[in-house]
Amino acid sequence: MHHTLAILVENNPGVLARVAGLFSRRGFNIDSLAVGRTENPAVSRMTVVVEGDDHILEQVTKQLHKLVDVIKINDITRDAYVDRELVMIKVRAEASERAEIMQLVDIFRARIVDVGHKTLTIEVTGNEGKINAFEDCLRPFGIKELVRTGKIAMLRGLRSSSKSSSHKEEDDD
Amino acid sequence: MKGKELSGAQVLIKSLEAANVDTIFGYPGGQALPIYDALYDSEVRHILTRHEQGAAHAADGYARATGKPGVCLATSGPGATNLVTGIANAYMDSVPLVAITGQVPRRLLGRDSFQEADIVGITMPITKHSYHVEDPSELARVVKEAFHIATTGRPGPVLIDVPSDISLAKVEYEEPGELFLPGYRPVLDGDPVQVAAAARAIAESERPLIYAGGGVVTSGAHEELLRLAELLMAPVCTTLMGLSGFPGNHPLSLGMLGMHGTKYANFAVCECDLLIAVGARFDDRVTGKLETFAPEARIIHIDIDPAEIGKNVRVDIPIVGDVKRVLSQLLEILRPGLREAWREKIEAWKKEYPLTYCEQGRLKPQAIIREIYRLTEGKARITTEVGQHQMWTAQYYTFTRPRSFITSGGLGTMGFGMPAAIGVQVGCPDETVFDIAGDGSIQMNIQELCTAVNYELPINVAIINNGFLGMVRQWQEFFYNRRYSQSELRNPDFVKLAEAYGAEGIRVTKKAEVAPALEQAIRSAKPVMIDFVVDREDNVLPMVPPGGSLDKMIG
Repeated sequence: MHHTLAILVENNPGVLARVAGLFSRRGFNIDSLAVGRTENPAVSRMTVVVEGDDHILEQVTKQLHKLVDVIKINDITRDAYVDRELVMIKVRAEASERAEIMQLVDIFRARIVDVGHKTLTIEVTGNEGKINAFEDCLRPFGIKELVRTGKIAMLRGLRSSSKSSSHKEEDDD
Repeated sequence: MKGKELSGAQVLIKSLEAANVDTIFGYPGGQALPIYDALYDSEVRHILTRHEQGAAHAADGYARATGKPGVCLATSGPGATNLVTGIANAYMDSVPLVAITGQVPRRLLGRDSFQEADIVGITMPITKHSYHVEDPSELARVVKEAFHIATTGRPGPVLIDVPSDISLAKVEYEEPGELFLPGYRPVLDGDPVQVAAAARAIAESERPLIYAGGGVVTSGAHEELLRLAELLMAPVCTTLMGLSGFPGNHPLSLGMLGMHGTKYANFAVCECDLLIAVGARFDDRVTGKLETFAPEARIIHIDIDPAEIGKNVRVDIPIVGDVKRVLSQLLEILRPGLREAWREKIEAWKKEYPLTYCEQGRLKPQAIIREIYRLTEGKARITTEVGQHQMWTAQYYTFTRPRSFITSGGLGTMGFGMPAAIGVQVGCPDETVFDIAGDGSIQMNIQELCTAVNYELPINVAIINNGFLGMVRQWQEFFYNRRYSQSELRNPDFVKLAEAYGAEGIRVTKKAEVAPALEQAIRSAKPVMIDFVVDREDNVLPMVPPGGSLDKMIG
């Protein structure tokens, strides 16, 4: 099973290496990892998607807690949350195919961010399913390059996983 | 409060003094020179070892014996990487250690400069935390944080990497403020609900067994453990690391369990209905085959590190907290128990399966260790190297005082005992210190004998010399059809070697010489190395084959 972890860390050099190193050292496979700073510049948030059963997840979480730079971990897998990835796709686009591609862009509420002689570069945000579907639609035209940010996620409603002042707990709200 | 301008190195030393550091073990080199220069004017005592690994182990031994954090210092590159084994050793055994490394100046970082090594990256998996100092104004705070992290919660090593331009930079010294570590808040008190559940489980149990680990020693919980055992009349088995946490001469003591544990401890694990694990981590050398470990028991696990709970075995009642505090909480609500049938069963096992060895033949390692125990009245601080002699020491020296057994448990580091003994003797100058060594292990850091001589540290080294890497040979005998591949040693003359270093050397080949040699060593104000030439093919028994069940022992 895939688990989505929201991890708040201190915005110190080397934190990413510590977190990523811990996963690889203990044989836990990272499916996706996205990191950036939060509303508090001293705090960064990582969204890590990791595969494993509940026992493995418990160990991952406990080992992560031991890192001094890790402030808080939420496994939000079973909660209601919204998640997004940003993807940029450079697709081959002959003049005769552009209209069709632009139609697809509309349907998926994507955006064209660069136009070349024979290519279009398109950005799209969405959850994994939507992005996979969009990629499938573009594939017949010829995808020249594709880059994904990895998933970021946030709990729905009032609940939040980024109260950095709170003690390390998995569910404190 | 603003102060006067100091160099980064001076701030570092001042911060060490503020952390009550009185002794550093280290080795100078290019990028650490500014720190060494600042040390020249300091009251902090520096012990110059002969190898950085020796410095790390000495700091480790000092910490284990005194309960204070150990500090080691090395220069960049090879100096730093030579600390790695010592840092890993401290990490595995949860020893509070602060390792300071010089680093190339910031402008040379990342360019494969002379003696540059990414020591923070290299040691990330074997430190509790690490710092690469990038601003001289951070130094005071970093040192304060490092000591706090190394000594609190589950102790462990913390590394501080200091580029030499930071050491040289001028900075206005400011006292560090309050610690702010939002991600670091060890839980110390046990959850009262869980403690109550543990008390209920204890009350319901007919065959409780306490399984005590190094956490008992670390948290200073030996008195609480003793009270718990006596209140419940529950037998106590310990891990290798837990050995000095419960008096080995107490009627309730079962000694060590696991691969080379006593038969009665292992039988007790197999038949107990409640296992109270206290500051122990269910290491594979202890549990053997997990499926058959304590098969009938409910398990209470008390540990300060939540990640240890449920890591290797299922736990019925987890209690996260400092062992001393949790045991105090438990003792407040527990009622005494009798459990005569269980005690009688254990007494019968103890009578039927005592630790024994064949006394026939020439010198016996077990007899030598018993003699060290007798002559030191069990009051010595014992360090060991790693191998057969280590296990015999665990079996045949009866440890009665906490922090009296200093050994490399988790990492199993050959070459640990001699430098650790130096650290122990520095920390406990009035006590008798023995390194019980193997002829293989001792040669891994034998150069530290020179350190002991230089500082007039009267450590005693008892080499159990069987001309083999003994434990390797034992495994080859049992599991590799006696094919002794690369385990036989051709040794130097240890007596001459000791004398060359300026220590005393004694060779013992007969039983009658054992006691006089030990007495001479204990009396001597110099370091003494005794070469006990023992039978070549003695084995450590009993033994649970690796991955086997605890109730199926060889010997």
